[in-house]
Amino acid sequence: MTFLFYLFAGLAIGGAIGVVMAKNPVGSLLFMVTTLAAMAGTFVLLEAHFLAAIQIIVYAGAIMVLFLFVIMLLNLGHEYKADLRGGAFSVLSFGLIGAIAGLLAPEISGAEAAPGPGAVAIDAAIAEHGAVGAIAEPLYTTYVVPFEITGILLLVAIVGAIVLAKREV
Amino acid sequence: MVTEALVLSAILFVIGTFGVLIRRNAIIMFLCIELQLNAVNLSFVAFSRMFGIEGQLFVFFVMTVAAAEAAVGLAIIISIFRHYETVNVDSFNLLKW
Repeated sequence: MTFLFYLFAGLAIGGAIGVVMAKNPVGSLLFMVTTLAAMAGTFVLLEAHFLAAIQIIVYAGAIMVLFLFVIMLLNLGHEYKADLRGGAFSVLSFGLIGAIAGLLAPEISGAEAAPGPGAVAIDAAIAEHGAVGAIAEPLYTTYVVPFEITGILLLVAIVGAIVLAKREV
Repeated sequence: MVTEALVLSAILFVIGTFGVLIRRNAIIMFLCIELQLNAVNLSFVAFSRMFGIEGQLFVFFVMTVAAAEAAVGLAIIISIFRHYETVNVDSFNLLKW
């Protein structure tokens, strides 16, 4: 279990570094798929089976293919040198991410991060309703209004994407 | 397991932030933003082991918003590309000064 987690964590971090450093945007995108798949593995280890499936199907399947279509449509990836910022800006960004990491590290190490009452409740819900039912039951009862608003958001996104990408409105 | 997941989430978030800062290709920056969203998703799932199923519901909503954002953002990138013939963000300086 722990070994599997570290395997997925290493894959995810390696893929993330590949996303940032790959010369070709298509390669960058394939590294991103690796990261997403590895993170789906960690989701499974954290007992979020439905989210792991959604991660693979929606993220790695649909959204990444959308990115791939756009990269190939625009025919990108010929000028890597102009793509990386250098000089003072890269030093500055190293400083900034160092500051973020420094802010996050004491929070994580200081937290009492152990499986709590949530783990028991989720395991009971999965045993009772199944992996999908455990998340669907609160989604369609307590949180049904945010769920419906999500539908409106998707409609607006579809209309907006078509209007923006069309040649002549 | 929860602590390790939070550490992994922090590492991925920092790598994503670095990518947004260091690259100039708009699509790669966009991919790195997706990476940041995913890192936060992982910490939500980890916290759901502590506080209950709501963390997983949040991940569901974040994924929906990420899908909508990807569709609209890529449409914007396509329409910018039609004007400038590039996706290098340094070329889009009309609103800069």
